[in-house]
Amino acid sequence: MGLFILRRSGVMILTALCLTFIVFFLTNLFPNLEKLAKTQGNFRMSDEAVISWLSKEGYMQPLPVKYGQWLGVLPGWTLQGDDGVTGRCIKGAVTADEAEQAKRFCGILQGDWGYSTVFKDEVSGIISTRLGLTGKLMFWVLVLMVPSALLVGVLAGMREGSVTDRALSTFSIITTATPEYVSGVVFIAVFASSAVGLKWFKGTATSAMESANFENFFLPVLTIALYGMGYIARMTRASMTEVMTAQYIRTARLKGVKFSNIVMKHALRNALIAPFTVIMLQFPWLLNGVVIVETLFNYKGFGWVLVQAASNNDIELLLAVSVVSVIVVLVTQLISDIGYVYLNPRIRIS
Amino acid sequence: MEPLGTFDIITRVFYQFTSVWLALIILFAVSMAFKRRLGLYGKLFDSPIGMIGFALVMFWVFTGIFGAMDLIVTHDPLAQISGMKNKVPGTPLPNPEDGQYGWYLLGGDNLARDVFSRMVSGAWVVVQIAPLATLFAFMVGITIGLPAGYYGGRLDTLLSFLANLILAFPVILLFYLLVTPEIVATGVPSYMATFLFIFPIVFTAVLLNSRYYTQPGFRTPLLIGVLGVMLWLYLSLISEVGSAVSILPGVLDIFDIPGGILVVFVSVVFVNSPTVFRIVRGLAMDIKTRDYVAAAQTRGEGPWYIMLWEILPNARGPLIVDFCLRIGYTTILLGTLGFFGLGLPPESPDWGSTINEGRKLLSIYLHPALPPAFALLSMVLGLNLLADGLREESLKD
Repeated sequence: MGLFILRRSGVMILTALCLTFIVFFLTNLFPNLEKLAKTQGNFRMSDEAVISWLSKEGYMQPLPVKYGQWLGVLPGWTLQGDDGVTGRCIKGAVTADEAEQAKRFCGILQGDWGYSTVFKDEVSGIISTRLGLTGKLMFWVLVLMVPSALLVGVLAGMREGSVTDRALSTFSIITTATPEYVSGVVFIAVFASSAVGLKWFKGTATSAMESANFENFFLPVLTIALYGMGYIARMTRASMTEVMTAQYIRTARLKGVKFSNIVMKHALRNALIAPFTVIMLQFPWLLNGVVIVETLFNYKGFGWVLVQAASNNDIELLLAVSVVSVIVVLVTQLISDIGYVYLNPRIRIS
Repeated sequence: MEPLGTFDIITRVFYQFTSVWLALIILFAVSMAFKRRLGLYGKLFDSPIGMIGFALVMFWVFTGIFGAMDLIVTHDPLAQISGMKNKVPGTPLPNPEDGQYGWYLLGGDNLARDVFSRMVSGAWVVVQIAPLATLFAFMVGITIGLPAGYYGGRLDTLLSFLANLILAFPVILLFYLLVTPEIVATGVPSYMATFLFIFPIVFTAVLLNSRYYTQPGFRTPLLIGVLGVMLWLYLSLISEVGSAVSILPGVLDIFDIPGGILVVFVSVVFVNSPTVFRIVRGLAMDIKTRDYVAAAQTRGEGPWYIMLWEILPNARGPLIVDFCLRIGYTTILLGTLGFFGLGLPPESPDWGSTINEGRKLLSIYLHPALPPAFALLSMVLGLNLLADGLREESLKD
């Protein structure tokens, strides 16, 4: 087991390195840098001005060197300018002596995530605040999604082919067919629109960032939860129907055990192994939903930062965002693998 | 003219779709009559779920085709008529010209364009891109997934690592990185197109070569003919005069993909193919242990013959089902791209873009956002139901 986790962690780090390098490469392509220079400097820069701005900010170094500096395995660049020394690890221009004092390495390995050009702030601060907000959203999504999905799946799979099964299966197919931007729009139209709607909830979740309550937070949570729910419910149903045809269930029924007892004591635990992995593997998809819903409901969390960083080519923020999302994806995969082994005695013994 | 009431709007919309209803009725009548002779497709008509799904899908397919043939749309989807901005459904035009349709059946959007016509033209965008992109993703996934599953070992480890790499990317981040104008200017999507679109050619070449390897007299002319045509199509697809990849001179370039569409197409194929790869790899690993594969190996068949003519046909059931689901997923992805205003031109009538435009005024005007939303919902729902019906029917044998 230890070896397994170790190997998986190795693969995980390799994946994260490859992915960040791809993001680094794409964000550092010249047209992107040119756009960055023009938004940071001014829009009427000549080509020479762009080049000189970029080399002053250290963007014109070779790609592997820049990547190494961002990681923190290569010393940060320094440059002797007219008004003193500037550098990756130095704020503003300082004298040569002060530059000597500054740290030589400042990459993510040293805990320095860089500086966001859009928000004019430290990346680590932005990421942690926004992740906190999204964490709140995700927590309520899971609270709503997991129990209801399991309930729908178990009720549908309990008696295959019954009316309940048909109705609940249709419901879960409809939810998987409704992407967040469709269900969100429909919910806002029905529940929040000031023209004809029921006006039960608010159409934006901006106020939920400080104080979330049922009125301003329910719609975004419901929108994300619904899309993920259908899939989990269908997996649970499939697993439940399979368990219900097993020999030991038939034995229990022949013994005369009550149907509710069969479901609760014999079937449920075995039927929940498969959905566990599915729930874990849903996290990457939830991340997508978070981006859409945060844009739609104007909730300024992690997904919103992703959109801001990507549309403004904020290189260091974008890299941090991709590191975090890749880690989320890979860690959930790891947990789902470990959990599967742990929950399933047949695998654990062999 | 008077504004139309709810009942009038419904009847008029119903009437606009006449050609679609006729086509649907003919298709269903013919298929029902011959369903015993049509294999899996015919069996679909035994399952009510499958039939509903198929009807929904074909409704939008016919709407797309007939909409492009100008049979359904009432106005030009891009034309703005002054005085119609954000007007409610059924509003008559202020001063209609001769031959112009007198009403905006589903109202006007915030640029005074007809919502109904835009929704119908949006179907054409989806019907053009989604199935084709899914097909390409399947070609890529099958060509890579079969050897990975069949050979296993180092090759499998490497290919699976690459597939997981792409899957670990949040889709929206990937779209933002690939589809922005700056990246398009560097030609990265064009190079990716050059790489990804080669797979159908490789697939066909290997497919035909492994089948007719023992009859060189028939195989060589066949391969030359088929591959020649495909190579020409390939080159005219990827090369565009003035873009990063411009290999073919303009005279030979038979068609050009309008700007943005190719990029959208490539990124959708790119996102979908790793998942197809994983499915095909799993199926190949399962099927290669069967007796008929062992029999073929004993006969001395080549590995590619076994993969493409023994394993692939026996994996068709799950693959067809997944194909339907994946078209639906691709439709959702296209909508996501439109929703974030990526790739397609801003005035494009595709559903994602129209939902995005409509949502900005959603608290006051509902009608611009809801029709494309329900259109997308019903199309994806139809594909899901169709996949469910197919799965049920294919499990019955």
